[in-house]
Amino acid sequence: MNNNFNAVITIAARDITKLFRDQFRILASFIFPIIFIGVLGTSLQANLQGSLPYNFLTFVFLGTMAQTLFQSTASGIISLVEDRQTDFAQEMFIAPISRFAIIFGKILGETVVSFIQILGILLFALIIRIPLDLGSLVRLLPFALLVSLMGGAFGLIVMANIKDQKSVNQLFPFLIFPQFFLAGVFNPIKVLPLPLLIASRIAPMTYAVDLLRSVYYSGSPSYPFTVLFNPLINIAVTAGIFLVFFTAGTYFFVRNEKNR
Amino acid sequence: MSDNQIIKVQNLAKQYRKSKTNAVDDVSFYVNEGAFFSLLGPNGAGKTTIISILTTTLSKTAGEVSVAGYDIDKQASQVRSSIGVIFQNPSLDINLTAEENIRFHSNLYGLYPYNPSFKMMPLEYQQRVTDLAKVLGLEADVFKPVKTLSGGMKRKLEIIRSLMHKPKVLFLDEPTQGLDPISRASLWGYLQEIRRQEKITIFLTTHYLEEAEHSDYICIINHGQIRAQGTPAEIKQVLLEKYIVVDAADRSVLKSELTQKQIPFSGEGPLRLDLDDTSIQDLIKQIQTPLSRIDIYNPSLEQAYVKIIQERDQHE
Repeated sequence: MNNNFNAVITIAARDITKLFRDQFRILASFIFPIIFIGVLGTSLQANLQGSLPYNFLTFVFLGTMAQTLFQSTASGIISLVEDRQTDFAQEMFIAPISRFAIIFGKILGETVVSFIQILGILLFALIIRIPLDLGSLVRLLPFALLVSLMGGAFGLIVMANIKDQKSVNQLFPFLIFPQFFLAGVFNPIKVLPLPLLIASRIAPMTYAVDLLRSVYYSGSPSYPFTVLFNPLINIAVTAGIFLVFFTAGTYFFVRNEKNR
Repeated sequence: MSDNQIIKVQNLAKQYRKSKTNAVDDVSFYVNEGAFFSLLGPNGAGKTTIISILTTTLSKTAGEVSVAGYDIDKQASQVRSSIGVIFQNPSLDINLTAEENIRFHSNLYGLYPYNPSFKMMPLEYQQRVTDLAKVLGLEADVFKPVKTLSGGMKRKLEIIRSLMHKPKVLFLDEPTQGLDPISRASLWGYLQEIRRQEKITIFLTTHYLEEAEHSDYICIINHGQIRAQGTPAEIKQVLLEKYIVVDAADRSVLKSELTQKQIPFSGEGPLRLDLDDTSIQDLIKQIQTPLSRIDIYNPSLEQAYVKIIQERDQHE
């Protein structure tokens, strides 16, 4: 039996168990997406649709899906700070397993949590009858996984150098909210003034959102109006960000834990 | 150096990043396999720092440390497999049940493949949990959420958890901190029982002397340095002054007799006679004056400990 593999599954399963015992978190996780799709999406759709060559609600749904996967996993990883404060982290860090297995297990657990949240959003989308192509949605699965993993690695690099929950809670919204707009979750960003263009290309969420849209719209007439980059570019950037943030984040987190 | 030494610490030093002084300063000691070893010292003496280094959760600044025959830096993973740790603050997940915490640990240590419920785990696991819960008197609470357990029960749960992978050394960092006297006493009973059953080495840190008094070997530490070490009896012998206090109805007669027989004494009221190497019996036999009072001063380890800590502090 590979101990590290078993450890990854064990750590991931703990986060999923905890989600089902925390109904408030489940409920809270639906609020943002429902506002984005239900309120923002619907109102923009009503006012803009005449001039758009694609369905705006589908566009917002895909953006919100990527944003939810990214943000849910990122903020889930932040709970490592909480584990550290409640001393539970010690229990994991004295185990005879790779430090990478501990962090990867945590990211994987939060990835599954983010997928459970997506189910709720999908249900909402079906209820308000957003036109969605089921085949294309299924095709999104492996790419959605990549988006979650990148979100987790992003959360990791943010919290690796921060000691307490309070600082993380204050900093995190500043790093997440601007990305909603820069990544074009519910606003088209095909055309941007230069400063925003630069910021948009730096924001990791941009590639998460565009990855899902580029795969979903692939081969459809809406593709040229909705997608920024070729799916391959998005995959390469997303996977690259994941690997760099995951490796560096684990290294810094472990170093800060041990070299006090 | 005998092979019986399961923990070897040589010239260990630790300086925290934001500190100018050493929290642990050139500390050396050994722990024999199967021993009950106590690291005793006041708060802030460096006990937790030492235990954190020995359990691989904190890096050292200098020195050589091996646990269960493995180097703590080069073979950290083997060290972790060989030890169980009870931290100063409970490190339980309060959102899970007691058994889920134990299962998490067992899976994390690779003892059994992950399974989502107790019933799906191998019988061997179920048996070990049941047996340990019985020894620690926690059978009735194993499936309760950790949130509902008392401080003493949480400690017991942590002990069960830490024994699941059959460690060679069990580290306990002030395990009775915050427990009421009854829970504290029962915890000691259980620990002795566990030690007998599992044939395990126990490494304890505490600032309660009466807890250390039951151990085989004590290391007294203060300001990051070892102040005294030995068996409880040795520490008593080397560091305690034994004397008797005597008095007579006619104190001046007693004083002149003592002076005449060259028995040193001190004090004006009741007189203090140091025993040094003489036995109480020999000393008393020499005195002819009828005594109105004899007090034998045979201090407890507690008094010796306070004295050691205070004396060395004053010298600095």
